[in-house]
Amino acid sequence: MTLKNTRPMISRRGALKLGAGAAALPLLGSRAFAQKEKVKVGFVLIGTPDDNGWNYGHDQGRLYMLDELGADRVETTVVTNVEEGPDAERVFRELAQQGHDIIYGTSFGFGEYMMNVAPQFPDIKFEWATGYTTLPNMSIYNAKFHEGRTVIGTIAGMMSETGIGAYIGSIPVPEVFMGANAFHLAARKQNPDFITKVVYVDSWFDPAKEADAARALIDQGVDIITQHTDGPAALQVAEERGIIGGFGQGADMSAFAPNAHLSAIIDHWGPYYTKSVKSVLDGTWEESSFWGGIADGEVIIGDYNEKIPADVVAEAERVRKGIIDGSIHPYAGPIVDTNGNVQAEEGDIIDDGEFWAQEAWYAEGIEA
Amino acid sequence: MSIELTIAIIITLVGASTPILFAALGELVVEKSGVLNLGVEGMMLTGAVVGFAVTFETGSPWLGVVAAAFAGAAASMIFAVVTLTLSANQVATGLALTIFGTGFSALFGKAYTGKPLALFRSVFPPELATHPYLKVIFGYSPLVYFSFIMVVAVWWLLRRTRPGLILRAVGENDLSAHSIGYPVIAVRYAAVAFGGAMAGIGGACFPLVLTPQWVEGLTAGRGWIALALVVFAAWRPYRLLAGAYLFGLVGTMELYAKAAGGPFRILPSELWASMPYLATILVLVLISIRRNSNTSAPACLGKPFVPTS
Repeated sequence: MTLKNTRPMISRRGALKLGAGAAALPLLGSRAFAQKEKVKVGFVLIGTPDDNGWNYGHDQGRLYMLDELGADRVETTVVTNVEEGPDAERVFRELAQQGHDIIYGTSFGFGEYMMNVAPQFPDIKFEWATGYTTLPNMSIYNAKFHEGRTVIGTIAGMMSETGIGAYIGSIPVPEVFMGANAFHLAARKQNPDFITKVVYVDSWFDPAKEADAARALIDQGVDIITQHTDGPAALQVAEERGIIGGFGQGADMSAFAPNAHLSAIIDHWGPYYTKSVKSVLDGTWEESSFWGGIADGEVIIGDYNEKIPADVVAEAERVRKGIIDGSIHPYAGPIVDTNGNVQAEEGDIIDDGEFWAQEAWYAEGIEA
Repeated sequence: MSIELTIAIIITLVGASTPILFAALGELVVEKSGVLNLGVEGMMLTGAVVGFAVTFETGSPWLGVVAAAFAGAAASMIFAVVTLTLSANQVATGLALTIFGTGFSALFGKAYTGKPLALFRSVFPPELATHPYLKVIFGYSPLVYFSFIMVVAVWWLLRRTRPGLILRAVGENDLSAHSIGYPVIAVRYAAVAFGGAMAGIGGACFPLVLTPQWVEGLTAGRGWIALALVVFAAWRPYRLLAGAYLFGLVGTMELYAKAAGGPFRILPSELWASMPYLATILVLVLISIRRNSNTSAPACLGKPFVPTS
């Protein structure tokens, strides 16, 4: 575990803001909110920012936030490689005792430990990424990655020649079920016979096993591969085997697979972290649960590979824009699951929150 | 199952087994000399990052492998000085070496994350290496063939040579070996260095054979599997070869079965993942039940050697 402190550094944009803020100050007068001159922000990561995926995304968000708010007003501490276990509780407690004003736990498994610590520090704000419960001083925030899955599923359905796609899952949690279903339902809109094979590697991080899972899938007819894990291992195998391709997850991974990288679902946490930390600075922070998607700019579709035909790009863009204006929803009926149960009637939509809370099911045509 | 799929499974299986085979083979020699080095995971990570860096900088995977071997051996020397010269506790020192290797590789590897590498591919002509059937013999990285050579070499060294006999004597009864004039500490230094070099090469298999990237913690616990494998193999090289491939087979079949769907998918994947460890526990139980000198651990395993005179 390593601690990394960022040194205060005034960026040009930050300096401009500071000037603007100083000019506006006399007009505001005294406010009821407890404004702060400077806040200390803690980030607890399950891995390191070098993973080119999930943790990288959160660290990019932190840097974006620092740039937006100015390093003279925000000081950040990043604790890396924290396991989703009792040690996480110690880390949260230490950060709280060191006087951090807000602490972000950026992995699902940190939740219960954060919930143990948060009530002991009522003045400190806690936020749990991909979590499901809030407290008066603990919020949750998440991104609708499954909206991105709908876009890439569209590409997969149109481009796959074998009609078999793969979804390499990490651990069976709601986020992963939602992603696999969104991908598959979108692909089936393009190709009604599309099959999605879901394979779990039972780890958020084991690149060699991910690569072997990709090999096992490609050897059995898969020509489009997606993964719900944190690195480019599966994409590299796609590149090596010369299949149609795969997608970056969390960040653009085209450097690892220039030919196979069709596009990417990019996490853009920056705007959320900026808003959240700013509310601490302003004294307006309150218990909330935020779930941003493509329309909020929190989930971004990366560049399309040049080899994707124009009609496929046009369709993917149509879907992406449809998600933004609300005319397209990842879980629009009719949806039948693998057991033949109707999950959504024609014309119905399964709300994201509702889906999250449901017992896991897979749409017809998913082999898991 | 078609012949093509069988061949594909074999190729994936060989890749998955090779790193643990290297690391376990090194540890076998270390333990035969009476030393327990739990730092395998740390030495593998050191080898992985140095192997990546040197291959990346020079473009030569051969140099990368050599550098990984030296890096693994260098890391093991930290352990050797502390436990052999200073007679510190081997278990604690080995665990510390793993923690050190994890941290060192993360630090050293910072400059290399996010950079792709070319795989260390078969050196046979493409007609053989990519032939639909013959690739099952010729389609592997040179490291794979090297691992087989090393199995034979270690067996031959331990069973058929005088240095091997001395090494085993040191592991079975260090005081007797010392009293008839064998340099116990020097033998153990050599064994630990060999173990480090092999773990380093095993680590280098990750970026060179399996997944051509460097990322912190790349080996994801394979060092512990290698340690379990030595016990599983009852300290015998050929059984170790079989064990490495059995462990690899379990992991590979899990993924192929899941990808195929069908009856295997009713087995929970946690069960698949725990199979190597369950198998090791089973073998330990069997060893304990029918105890004889051929299947038990070297008598001096893990004990510091302090000469009385």
